Amino acid sequence: MRRIVSLLLENESGALSRVIGLFAQRGYNIETLTVAPTEDRTLSRLTLTTQASDDQIEQITKQLNKLIEVVKLVDLTEGEHVERELMLIKVRAGPERAEVKRTADIFRGQIVDVSPDTYTIQLAGTSEKLDAFIRALAVTAVLEVVRTGVSGVSRGDRILAI
Amino acid sequence: MLSGADILIRSLQEENVEHVFGYPGGAVLHIYDALFKQNRIQHLLVRHEQAATHMADGYARATGRPGVVLVTSGPGATNAITGIATAYMDSIPMVIISGQVQSHLIGTDSFQETDMVGISRPIVKHSFLVKSAEDIAEAIKKAFYIATTGRPGPVVVDIPKDITNPMDLVPFEYPEQLTMRSYNPATRGHPRQIKKAVAMMMAAERPMIYAGGGVIQGNASEQLSRLTRMLGFPVTLTLMGLGAFPGTDKQFLGMLGMHGTFEANNAMHHCDLLLAIGARFDDRVTNTISKFCPHASIIHVDIDPASISKNVVADVPIVGPVEWVLNEMLTEVDAKLPERTDKQQRMLKEWWAQIEGWRRQECLKVVPSKDGKTIKPQQVIQALYRHTEGKAIVTSDVGQHQMFAAQYYAFDKPRKWINSGGLGTMGFGLPAAMGIQIAYPQEQVVCVTGEGSIQMNIQELSTCSQYGLPIKIINVNNRALGMVKQWQDMQYEGRHSHSYMDSLPDFIGLAEAYGHVGFQVTELSQLDDVLERALAMTDRLVFVDVLVDPEEHVYPMHVAPNGSMRDMWLKKGVRT
Repeated sequence: MRRIVSLLLENESGALSRVIGLFAQRGYNIETLTVAPTEDRTLSRLTLTTQASDDQIEQITKQLNKLIEVVKLVDLTEGEHVERELMLIKVRAGPERAEVKRTADIFRGQIVDVSPDTYTIQLAGTSEKLDAFIRALAVTAVLEVVRTGVSGVSRGDRILAI
Repeated sequence: MLSGADILIRSLQEENVEHVFGYPGGAVLHIYDALFKQNRIQHLLVRHEQAATHMADGYARATGRPGVVLVTSGPGATNAITGIATAYMDSIPMVIISGQVQSHLIGTDSFQETDMVGISRPIVKHSFLVKSAEDIAEAIKKAFYIATTGRPGPVVVDIPKDITNPMDLVPFEYPEQLTMRSYNPATRGHPRQIKKAVAMMMAAERPMIYAGGGVIQGNASEQLSRLTRMLGFPVTLTLMGLGAFPGTDKQFLGMLGMHGTFEANNAMHHCDLLLAIGARFDDRVTNTISKFCPHASIIHVDIDPASISKNVVADVPIVGPVEWVLNEMLTEVDAKLPERTDKQQRMLKEWWAQIEGWRRQECLKVVPSKDGKTIKPQQVIQALYRHTEGKAIVTSDVGQHQMFAAQYYAFDKPRKWINSGGLGTMGFGLPAAMGIQIAYPQEQVVCVTGEGSIQMNIQELSTCSQYGLPIKIINVNNRALGMVKQWQDMQYEGRHSHSYMDSLPDFIGLAEAYGHVGFQVTELSQLDDVLERALAMTDRLVFVDVLVDPEEHVYPMHVAPNGSMRDMWLKKGVRT
């Protein structure tokens, strides 16, 4: 089952490699990964998605918690949560320009760059929505896809903070 | 104001470090100069950095204090890797200080540069790349704290040469307190879980205690012994746990696992309650996981939450320091024991009767050779036990001799049996013995090894000469990589692919070349006499080369794959 693990990490060199190394070393997989500093510059927020059974995710979170630089973590998929992924997608925009524009509008995407032959569209949403948008663009040629990976936050009062 | 090198040395002194095991080189020259100018810390020069790590490791295992290693960058650091991994697998507190090339050269493939933090990452509890002289003291403080608390382990501190420069002086103050928001090892167990566990113990009909190295690391042998005796339960120990409960006690069923005793493995298989303490359900213990202890409810006490329910799901997990948890259990058991019913007492008696039946199998009975001359490897350990009265600190290497030592030398106290269990590192025994002898100059330290293992760090005989370490090396010499050969006999129709040692050195001559004493034993009749003479030479290293029966296998041995705990080979061609 797909899991979203979100963690607060000391913003130190080498901390990220320990997290990634753990996954490689113990044979867990990482599907997406996103990391950036938080409002507290000493902390980074790292979010990753992985496929894991209940037993596996328990081991993964325990092993992650053992890393000295991991301050706190949460499996967002355990509760209600909001997740978003950002995509920049560059597509051929020739005779089918209008159709591409309409599709982008339907998905609430924004065209952020235009050239005589291309559109670059920005789209945010769940990973499924992004997948659906790519499928919907079958009328044209997709030239380049850049996805940030999933970020997420728990719904309501639950927060991940120190 | 001090230089980075002096700060490092002062910090080690603040941590009450008395011995550092190491080898100099370009990147640590400033540090070695600072070492030279002081006399509180003794440095011991090895002949290969791997040996420095094993010395520090043996020192830590025997004393409970962290071992300290100092190596240079590049090859110095990479040579230390095997020893760091060895310590990591057995949760040994160790601080490894590695030199690094100058900060501005990092990342340029400069001379003797290697990414030590990167290379060691999967085999350390934590690591630091120190960026400035001002940061050295705090890094050392943290390194010792992390290495010795919670589940112990090795910590690497990588120090670029330029920040130890004697010309650059910075203020020094050793931090008194540490606050680490992201590292808070458990200091106590959950009281309700402990109560629940004790209630289960009181209700159990076929209880079993299974304890491991965590009891030794956690200094809880005393508590384990009291609990076991109070409850009257049978107890087994892992390879790493030997000595945590007296090996000569009737309640001890012997070691369990792949080469565990018939009674211990059977009791494990048939028990209805398993109390696992400081043990991690290693694959060399459990045999096929799905067939492991099919009737048992499992209580698992461990300091490391990730060890619990990793391989085998625990019904009652208790995360906490073993000593603390066992103390609580003792109080609770003391209160509940009078409530134990006659029926339960009767069941326990029946359980013991069943165990005594398994014991009558005498699975470790040694059959002497027919010719009366050929020495069985087991007889070597038995003789060693007699002549040391079971009181020596025994290190071992890895292979058949290690298993024989574990099976036939009954350890009554913790920290007397020192071996590489998790990683299984050949070459560990001699340097580990050296580290122990440094810590305890008056103790009798014996290294049980084989002609394969000893050659993996034989150069350390030179270090032994330098520091006058009177270790007794018992070389159980079967002219073969015995354990490999045993598996080839059993699983590869006897094709001995590269398991023979057909160009062995003259070990006696070799020992003598390093300034030591060497004896060879070729016949059983000489064994007692030679061992007695060797052990009597308390101020000399004696290398005793014992030629043993090369055909001997280690039994019992788990039937694998797909066997359960009770499926064992008992001798050649005979299985349960």
